[in-house]
This record gives sequence, C-alpha cells and structure tokens, in this order.
Amino acid sequence: MNRQKINAFFARLPKNLVILLMVLIWVLPTFGLLITSLRPLQAIQSSGWWTALNKTAGSQEYLRNCASCHGTEGNLIVSADLTNPILIKQFNRSVLLLASLKSEYNGQLHMETQKIPNAQAAADIVVHLNAISGVQKQPQFTLSNYIDALVGYRGTRTYTEDCAAGTASTDLHCNLSDLLNSRGMGRAFVNSLLVTIPATFLPILLAALAGYAFAWLDFKGRMLLFAILVGLQVVPLQMTMVPISRVYAQMGLNGTFLGVWLFHTGFGMPYAIYLMRNFLGTLPRDLFESAYLDGASHWTAFYRLAIPLALPAIASLGIFQFLWVWNDLLVALVFLGSTTPVVTYQIANMVSSLGAGWHLLTAAAFLSMLLPMLVFFSLQRYFVRGMLAGAVKG
Amino acid sequence: MAARPVPRIMQQGKLAPFYYLAPALIIMLFFIVYPMFNTIQLSFLNRNGTAPAGTTCVEGRPCWGAFENYRYALTAEFNTSSVKVFWDSFWLSSYGNTIKWIIFMVAGTVILGLLFAKLVDGIKNEALAKSILFMPMAISFVGAGVIWKFVYSFGTQQVQVGLLNAMVTALGGKPISFLTAPVLNTYALIVVGIWIWTGFCMTILSSSLKSVPDEIIEAARVDGANEWNVFWKITLPIIMPTVIVVITTMVINVLKQFDIVYVMTGGNYNTDVIANRMYTEMYLNFNTGRGTAVAVVLVLAIIPFIYLNIRRFIAQEEMR
Repeated sequence: MNRQKINAFFARLPKNLVILLMVLIWVLPTFGLLITSLRPLQAIQSSGWWTALNKTAGSQEYLRNCASCHGTEGNLIVSADLTNPILIKQFNRSVLLLASLKSEYNGQLHMETQKIPNAQAAADIVVHLNAISGVQKQPQFTLSNYIDALVGYRGTRTYTEDCAAGTASTDLHCNLSDLLNSRGMGRAFVNSLLVTIPATFLPILLAALAGYAFAWLDFKGRMLLFAILVGLQVVPLQMTMVPISRVYAQMGLNGTFLGVWLFHTGFGMPYAIYLMRNFLGTLPRDLFESAYLDGASHWTAFYRLAIPLALPAIASLGIFQFLWVWNDLLVALVFLGSTTPVVTYQIANMVSSLGAGWHLLTAAAFLSMLLPMLVFFSLQRYFVRGMLAGAVKG
Repeated sequence: MAARPVPRIMQQGKLAPFYYLAPALIIMLFFIVYPMFNTIQLSFLNRNGTAPAGTTCVEGRPCWGAFENYRYALTAEFNTSSVKVFWDSFWLSSYGNTIKWIIFMVAGTVILGLLFAKLVDGIKNEALAKSILFMPMAISFVGAGVIWKFVYSFGTQQVQVGLLNAMVTALGGKPISFLTAPVLNTYALIVVGIWIWTGFCMTILSSSLKSVPDEIIEAARVDGANEWNVFWKITLPIIMPTVIVVITTMVINVLKQFDIVYVMTGGNYNTDVIANRMYTEMYLNFNTGRGTAVAVVLVLAIIPFIYLNIRRFIAQEEMR
C-alpha cells in the first residue's frame, strides 16, 4: 500500500516538477515587483527583494567584518565612533564605504589583514551602520513608494520626509491636492477611468444594436458585410492612426477624451459586433417568433428579450474592452500624450525619464495593475468565455 | 455562403435593419475603412502629405520615384556593401527582429501553452494553476515590461537587485546587461512576450484538449498505445485545427507587438520591430510618408491572415 503510494509519487514527480517550475516563473517576477514596491528606497537600491525578510543580514556582516575592532556596539574606537551620525553620513552608500575600507588610516590599511567584504556585504553593513547611528532607522516595509508614485514625487528622499522638512519641490503643496499632480499616478488613474468607462460602454451599446441586426434581421448583403467585419478585426492600429490624427488635428480633437472614446469605439467595433452577433444568434428562434406573434416590434424584442438574455456576452465583451482600453499604450501615446496622461503613459514616461527609479516604477506598475487584476480574478469566467469565442483583436 | 434564413414573420420593413446598423457602420467607416485607404495614399506623399514622394529624392542617391517611401521603409536599415554585411545587418534590422519574434514567440507560447494545458489537465489545483499562467493577460504590456525590466536589471554599482543577474553572479558569472547586449536583447524581449501570451494559448488549447472524446483515448490505451503515442497520434491530430487557429492569431499579435519594445528598449540597441518603427517614423521623426509606408508593409504582412480568418469564418458558418 505504502509502496504503491511512493511509486505513484515518483511517477508523477517529473510532471509535477515541470508544473512547479512554470508556475514559479510566472509568479516570481510579479511577486518580486510587489515586494520591491513595499520596501524602503535605500533597501531597494542596496539589496535584492528576496533578501527583504532576512533582518539580520546587515548585523551579521557587521559582526563578521567590523566587530573585532569597532566592537559589537560600534563605539569601541573613540576616534571612529560608528554610532555617531555625522561620521556615518559620510559613508552611507556601499561605494563610499568600500572606498573607505580600501584606504589607509594613520599609515595602516583600514581592514589590516582581513579580506575586504564584497559589494553586497558592504551594502548590508551600510544598512546596519545607518540603523545603529540613528541616521536612518528603516522599517522593513513601507507604503511611502506608493505615496511617491501617486503624487509623482521624484526626489532622492520620500515625499513625506521632504514635505515634513519643507524641502519638497515648489509645484507640490504637501496636501491632498498633490494627488492631482500631472506627473503622478493619482491623476493618471483618474484619467484612465475617464477614458475607460465611456470607451467600454459606447462600443457595447453600438455592438449590441448591430449584432442584433446581423443575427435576427434580414437585409441584402448581410453575410458579405459580416465577412468583411471578420477581416477588419485584425487590421492593426498602426494602419489607421495617421489619417485620424490628421483629421483630429483639424477638428481640435487631439488630446481630448472625446477623441479617444470615439477611436476606441471605432476600433473595438468589429470584434464587439462579432461576439454579440454570434451570441445572439444562438438564442432559440422560437423565443423571437413567439414575441413577434404576440405583436412585439423589433425594438421591443431587442431591449426586452435580446439584451437581458445577452448579459453573459455583454459581460465578456465589457471585460475585454475594459482591459483593452485600460492597458492600451499606443492610442494613449498618440491621441492623449502628456496633456492627459493615463496610467500606461505615465509609467512608460517614468521608465524613459527615470532609468532605475525602481521604488517609483514598481509602485506605479502595481497601481496600474490593481484594477485589471481585480476585474480579472473576480470575473475570470466571463473573460475566458469571451476569449474562447474568438479573440483576435487590436 | 449561405445566410441563415430569418423567420418570415420577423421581416419587418426594408429599412429597419439599417437603423440598428447605422451607428456602428458609420463609426467603422470613419475610424477603420477611410483611414486604411488614406494611409495608402499618404504613403506615396512626402513628409507632411503635400507633394508626391518622388520629390524627396536626392540627386545621386538611389530613388524609387513614387515608391520612395517604400525604398526607405524596406532598405534604409540595411548595409548592402557586401552579401555578408547585408545578411548581418538584416538580422539586426526591424525586419530580421520581427522574424525572430514570430518564430520564437509563436513557437514558445504554443509549445509551452500546450505542454502546460496537458500537464495540468485533471490535477487537483488545475483552475488555480491555469489562472496563474493566465494572469499576465490581464495586466498591461507596460506593466509586464516594468516587471521584466526589473528581473533583467543590470547593476552599475556592484549590487545586483535584478533576479537574473543575482542568479548569474551567485553562480560565479559576470553580470549581463540583458537589454543592451545586441542579439541577446531581442531574445530577452521575446521571453517577456512569451510570458504574457502563453496563458492565452494555454486557455484555448486546454478547452480544445478537453473536447477530445474520452472513448477514443480509452480505445487507444486498450489497444496498448503508451501516453506519448496517444498524444502524438490521437490527441494532437484531433486538436490540430485549434492549434492552427492559435498559431495564426499569435502571428498577428506578434506582428502588431509594440508596447514591450517601446517600454523596455525603445527600439534601441538593435531591438527595433516593424510596429515600433512605424511609431518612430511617424511620431518621433514626424514623417507621415515614411511612417505610413511602414504601416502598409505591416498590413501586407497581415493580409494573408485576414484572408485565413475570413475563410475560417465561412467554414464555421457552413457547419452551423
């Protein structure tokens, strides 16, 4: 009995290992982003996110490399008292500390015969020294990156610290109005909502009407028109942007919400109609026939019968269109740009102008992912259903 | 093609259908159909659409007359001083890179998607495992770009905060600048694409795997076929139509792929692809003629798939 179990376990082992490996590859990058976004700025720069939980890394390295001369408390050498914040401030980065460790003091090498610690160890020691000297007592995790990202603060210290010290840049007021600062994610979040909600409802409405006509009304060229529609689904955005931005420039629609709503509606239409028509077409014919026999008009049949029955399809379509618009970068870049930054634009902008400001980028990226993840995990069923119904779009 | 007849009793008036269709048709005409033709027209004009493209030719340089923008779109990235040099420059150009993207990303997503769909089929936590793989589909390419830029992060100071370089240095290697080292960097970007899209392929392939009748599989097993043979000789041929649909869909997606390259490298360090190059020509260099010419080249690459899509649709309709 037991033997069988063990055999079965080993028979399944390779399969389970592959599954585990793939799941890890899919989880770890996002997980690392989340952890990093919650760590204090200095910690992000000086160590990987996977070290976030080993509290003692800094003190261990300190004990190994420094305690023999400086003492476990750090105040054994009076002329180099490591608990003195003024002294520590001169060595508060790993490069500075390493330079000091390699140089000579009073004609003697700083580390004498000991091995000089590597960069990671030096960075850990810096964290420890900052803590014992009181220069910077760092919490393990913090929300300050999210605050910085929301207001778009790009200083070397956090927004709250600089506001408390009165050294924040002049375009910030250090009150709630900063949430609408045009460089911040707060403003971008609001803009994204203002773009996404109408750009989700409008296509659903028009597609429901057209899908109903394709499914239940008879007109010449019905199939031909629908076949063209199927072809239009895969026309790339790039093919249509230039003429429209030229027309928009003449009409003054560049940089306006209306322009983006209409563009997303137009572009989402072929897929939306396709989905609606296919779903409405599967509704039982008797239903519509008896409705007409009872004297219902097309319009009554549409909004009394077709729409309520099509709610699952509308849900799929809504989720699709919502995620598509919320996650879109190209349309936002071309038609909105910096006048009305949306979340994707704001992040792309942070990437190119900040380089490695990981504390901001990770928090901003996570903020942008919050709503899609919420929608995805709560309505996954409809999302998958819509995708299986033929997702070729964009 | 046969249109399904509508019940007689429901045919009310000749104009009625167009009230329902008109808003959608008008908006599509304006936002898709008209711009397509206008784009073709603009691709034969100069940088702001005021004169024919031939007028931008320079004396003593090669010129294709009215097709001048296409000469630029098709040849500007190549160095033609010798066959060898041309070959090398081709594979670093946006065209060579797009081909690499198509081959490796489509193969990667379909194979991994199928593998995962097959492996998790019937296990205890199947739904959870699948939604983990599928999750990147919900977040933006920009978000995914940031996630992976962090994984690839290359420390200029000696501490590696990027997961991959930390692993490389822990194993005693030298840290690698994944996003700027030519040749390697395009593949680094393709990995991001695979990470995003595998869930999509997996979901579709998984639902098709589940539709394979159990009796056929059982019959094969009874006849003594091992699992490997059952998969290759029975399951795979049955789901082949779906696999082909997934492949064509993925090729289209890859051709349009813009965000990953734009966010992670901006098309620099020889990582450009056609979709990003169109954006660069149009909205950074402000050259309408060249930008639209690149767009037309992109559409020409997609047209076979438009045809396939319509043909598949007609076949589906006939089966209903």
